[in-house]
Amino acid sequence: MTSEYSPSDRPSASHLRLLKRLTEAVSVSGNEGEVRAIVREQVEPYADELQVDALGNLLVMRKGRSPNRLRVMLAAHMDEVGLMITAIDSDSTLRFEPVGWIDTAQLPGKPVWIGKERLPGVVGAPPIHLFTPGDLTRRVEITEMRIEIGAQSKEEAQRKVKLGEQVAFASKFTHLGSTIRAKALDDRLGVATLIEIVQHMPPEIDLLAAFTVQEEVGLRGAQVAAYRMEPDLAIVVDCTPARDLPTWDGEENMQYNTRLGEGPAIYVADRMTIGDPRLLRLLIQTAEQEGIPHQLRQPGGGGTDAGAIHLSRSGVPSISLSVPARYAHSPAGFASIADWRATVCLLYATLRRLKPSILKRP
Amino acid sequence: MQSDMLAFLKELVSLPALCARDKPVRDRIRREWEPMVDEIGTSRLGNLHGIKHGSGPSPRSQVLIATHMDAIGMMVSEIVEGFLRLQVIGGLDPRMLLGLPVVVHGRRRLEGTIVQPPEACLPPAARRSAVAFEHLLIDVGLPPRQVTRYVRPGDIVSFALAPFQLGEDFLAGHSLNSRASVAALTVCLLELQRRNHLWDVIAVATAQKEKTAGGALTSAYMLQPDMAIAVGVTNGRGPGVAEHQGFILGEGPTNGWGPSIHPGIHREIQTAAQREDIELRDEIMPVLTGADAEGLQIAREGIPTGVISIPLRYLHTSVELVALSDIRRTGRLLASFVSGLESDFAETLSWD
Repeated sequence: MTSEYSPSDRPSASHLRLLKRLTEAVSVSGNEGEVRAIVREQVEPYADELQVDALGNLLVMRKGRSPNRLRVMLAAHMDEVGLMITAIDSDSTLRFEPVGWIDTAQLPGKPVWIGKERLPGVVGAPPIHLFTPGDLTRRVEITEMRIEIGAQSKEEAQRKVKLGEQVAFASKFTHLGSTIRAKALDDRLGVATLIEIVQHMPPEIDLLAAFTVQEEVGLRGAQVAAYRMEPDLAIVVDCTPARDLPTWDGEENMQYNTRLGEGPAIYVADRMTIGDPRLLRLLIQTAEQEGIPHQLRQPGGGGTDAGAIHLSRSGVPSISLSVPARYAHSPAGFASIADWRATVCLLYATLRRLKPSILKRP
Repeated sequence: MQSDMLAFLKELVSLPALCARDKPVRDRIRREWEPMVDEIGTSRLGNLHGIKHGSGPSPRSQVLIATHMDAIGMMVSEIVEGFLRLQVIGGLDPRMLLGLPVVVHGRRRLEGTIVQPPEACLPPAARRSAVAFEHLLIDVGLPPRQVTRYVRPGDIVSFALAPFQLGEDFLAGHSLNSRASVAALTVCLLELQRRNHLWDVIAVATAQKEKTAGGALTSAYMLQPDMAIAVGVTNGRGPGVAEHQGFILGEGPTNGWGPSIHPGIHREIQTAAQREDIELRDEIMPVLTGADAEGLQIAREGIPTGVISIPLRYLHTSVELVALSDIRRTGRLLASFVSGLESDFAETLSWD
């Protein structure tokens, strides 16, 4: 191991600047151009090969220096959940549908950006003064919500907005002590992690970094990226919910999925994938030996790009590693900076330990 | 002036000023009004009074124009594992609050977000319905021991979403339901710098409207005006507000009509609007007005009162929406009303 580089467990100012740019960029599934441009700018000088494939995945190849290198695919998705404009009403408000799974309860009263020009809008709902008592406990259906753009006629709205334009939460990146608050932490934290790994390549492997598209609408980018890359194994870096909030009756919360501040979450199993046991062992061993905080994600629901990658061609041993974040798919997610740095450290240290022998025995 | 009004309004919205904690916004309004009035002061409950003398012979009649300046908001009620539970001040729809940025005014100013606990943390009966206020939490992103160091129950929580323009004429933001009327009254004072008026004008920015509506009542008692106008907001037509329930934004203010409103003042407001070529719509208020006018009308021996309202969409949310043109029209209408008052108008005012 001759590399001088070792990632810091503390964030630098440039790390935070990059996270701010990445989370404030708008890249709803199917329209990942803004994030792709940032990634390209960050990794192009380091790449041996770089291409944008038929679906818009940005694929980077960087060769290692050691003999007998594994072809290791790392994947992080560039897309985020959002909305799409489906109709313009006669009262000049806009109807919409979700792109990806979105917590629709979070929509009323939130500012949004529409289209590439980021036209400001807001999701409207009726005022409290006109409610009947039962209304407040009723969930507002997405079909009742409208986006308001301040147009005074349907014609004005039609001039400003085209059907099919995408909508994202208008949220700014903020620091709250050692926590960051932003939209689209899922999965810009993964994207930022991969950028750093590409820039400071561990020499022990051939790195195949896939910045994927359309994860939120069915892992579609990862499927074709894995096919093209034909890796020996894959590690997916994503962002998983931390549901570590207090319960209503004071009982201990036993369905937390992950907890903020306890380090990267290693996947044993989710709805779509069983983490490869050899990679699982390696991640845990590495974390323990290097003293990197980590946690096991509670097995259960959810899924990552690994769901598509591990079934590619004749199969790819795969595992996922996530930065925990509260309030996923909402205008404001919360993540711990320390968890993110520990994720970078753990991934880097693990990659340095990857040798072909790991795949000898199943 | 027009762009100044917008800047002033945005600044007002960005100031924290909850019910009974109105100082920051009162100080800012005072700074704006002071050069335009002859006397300025604050009442015992925190109402701001700016008096501009008329040119008529003394003793002059006085018209009081009131708008409230306080805002709905929240207080910390409990701290649980570093998260804050909330108590509401004023009427709020909990469903509009999820994911909203707020500021907690504790021993230290803390930014946070209103969040909904995951389903597993809620009582089974609450999982299917919209989340109730009692289950909402604020996350300030700090470890529990730091939270208890900086925050105590009773600390004020204010909205932190910055105001933003929609289209050419609309402004969206929290607290506009009071701050838009303050801006209109400020436009009125500015207009009156270049218009002659015989009556004294008492501009009042009232406190505590959202809780007790006590601000207007006590100022009217203290200042004993001959007549009063309450400036407020009314429902703007939009999603969830049908044609018979609200007024179109950008088409001008409304002139209240109902038992709380003196018909002579209603008529005089119509005349003032015609003079200024301002479109005016009647707003029917079958019982009370739900605004400062209720208190003004019954202060002391009773005060003839009128109500002028600015249409506003999404009332009591963090994205209340008003048309800037309506605010300017309302200010001009008020100035026209005041400058049109003859010295003996109060004596000629009749219910019949």
